[in-house]
Amino acid sequence: MLLKGKSVFGGIAIGRLSVYGKKDHQVKRIKIHDTEAEVIRFTSAREKAKDQLTVLYDKALKEVGEVNAMIFEVHKMMLDDLDYIESITNMIRSQEVNAEFATATTGDNFAGMFSAMEDEYMRERAADVRDISNRVISVLQGASEGKEMGDEPVILLAEDLAPSETVQLDKSKVLSFVTRKGSTNSHTAILARTMNIPALIGVSLDNLEEMDGKWGIVDGYEGTLYVEPDRETLLRYEKLKEEDEQKKRLLQELKGKDNVTLDGKKIHLYANIGSVADVANVLANDAGGIGLFRSEFLFLESEDFPTEEVQFNAYKTVAENMAGKKVIIRTLDIGADKQVDYFGLEKEENPAMGYRAIRICLDRKEIFKTQLRAIYRASYYGTISIMFPMIISVREVKEIKEIIAEVKAELDQENLPYKDAEIGIMIETPAAVMISDLLAKEVDFFSIGTNDLTQYTLAIDRQNPKLDSIYDSHHEAVLRMLKMVVENGHKEDCWVGICGELGADTTLTEEFLRMGFDELSVTPSMILKVRDKIRSVNLSLK
Amino acid sequence: MKEIKYVIKDKEGIHARPAGLFVKEAAAYPCTVTICKGEKEADAKRIFGIMGLGAKCGEEIIVRTNGEKEEEAIEALGKFLEENL
Repeated sequence: MLLKGKSVFGGIAIGRLSVYGKKDHQVKRIKIHDTEAEVIRFTSAREKAKDQLTVLYDKALKEVGEVNAMIFEVHKMMLDDLDYIESITNMIRSQEVNAEFATATTGDNFAGMFSAMEDEYMRERAADVRDISNRVISVLQGASEGKEMGDEPVILLAEDLAPSETVQLDKSKVLSFVTRKGSTNSHTAILARTMNIPALIGVSLDNLEEMDGKWGIVDGYEGTLYVEPDRETLLRYEKLKEEDEQKKRLLQELKGKDNVTLDGKKIHLYANIGSVADVANVLANDAGGIGLFRSEFLFLESEDFPTEEVQFNAYKTVAENMAGKKVIIRTLDIGADKQVDYFGLEKEENPAMGYRAIRICLDRKEIFKTQLRAIYRASYYGTISIMFPMIISVREVKEIKEIIAEVKAELDQENLPYKDAEIGIMIETPAAVMISDLLAKEVDFFSIGTNDLTQYTLAIDRQNPKLDSIYDSHHEAVLRMLKMVVENGHKEDCWVGICGELGADTTLTEEFLRMGFDELSVTPSMILKVRDKIRSVNLSLK
Repeated sequence: MKEIKYVIKDKEGIHARPAGLFVKEAAAYPCTVTICKGEKEADAKRIFGIMGLGAKCGEEIIVRTNGEKEEEAIEALGKFLEENL
């Protein structure tokens, strides 16, 4: 059986399903004669409930941090709220009822107030009110807290879980949370995220009781729950889970660590992205910046030339989300294998060597200028660098710089703010390699596009499967070119990086470090693997 | 009586945590503290009252202090709002 829900945290869990049994707070209305004694009974239960919350707060502080633990402080304040207390004590006195009944009724009334609010977040606070009331009732009834858990870790199924319930759980026994109610703002969701375990909400758990004890799989990436999966599914998920856990381990170990070799050499490790949505992945994998932001998606996704505003918003969003970390935007690299109808490009015999990238931009300057204006305007909101593809001559770079000067003059005139962005070029033609000494005088950085450079150097069409066997990405000719580019760049204070696929090839990481590369930009999922490799290298040996 | 107006900037509005912290801050002063949003008024020393206002991002609230140390209270609460909401 396959059930869909909404994932609040990714990950994979395989285990037995266990239905979380809500303790049933059956509250009976009982007539009380000594109402003052009943008020005292309530007051001492309230104090005891507050003591429990203090203990829970301290526990949560250690387990999930101050921000998430704060909810228990809030619960304590709710128990101190005079409206709440007065409502209960008044009810005990005027209606001569037992403390349990007065607390339950007041809890329902206050929860009702929240349930009626427009705001989704506030509506969920109704659960908090019920939670504190149940806590007081438990104390009054002398019930023990928490659910008794077996020894085997389980996938926990529930209608909904109150924050106090999630913290009271023995975390080492929970593989995943799956609830029928709840939202991405619910405490269960927040706690699952801080505990790093997969969690699903909004799953249609109709026959909750029947599921108890059955085998299940939670896929926190797809938002699915499998109940009694077949053998094939189980095997597939066992493999996925292993990969996932390895990745998470790596992440835990390497997140926030420097990209530094054992002998202390540092290198920048950035990510390649192809859309605004990829930024989440960049941050999740702890990249130091974006080394290649392919701007083509803006052109490939639209029916006509994207406007300056559309482009500006995309670049600005990425710059802001990266919060000051470097974002290197590559200007339009279209033509060749990436065709767009509205450009009206003619079919070419040999598009890889044809009318593409900077060649189109310098020919159809209005397209280029629109993009540069958008990039410069976005530069104000973060740290943006600009990189130009397919350069073969110094003349091209000089022409680009003239256009940049025009763009800046226009922005000045219009009083639009911008920052002075670093300017760099892609080194992906053998020509650019051979004159890299001259190009280095013109720009702030080089980024080597190894895919195209290899294809042009070896004269091997990378789209032709027949040539796969002789396409050698480690070819000595290419490696010598890389070394030459670094040396020529450094002579002119021009930093040098790699943004092609070779950058993520960990069999070459040590060699790149020895060559003196300043930066490697790789696909987000490879960041931590490359960091792991860098941290294992010792350049002083050999 | 002292009074300040404030427009909520926190995108979640006055949610549980800042409401709790506000109560703590207000409870530290002997004067009465009230918060109004439109026609609704709440005692700022009671968390349910504050949360019940349902003040959202972009909405204006008025904080009033009345009585002993009202001046110090309004100053501290104004600062609190700037920093937390």
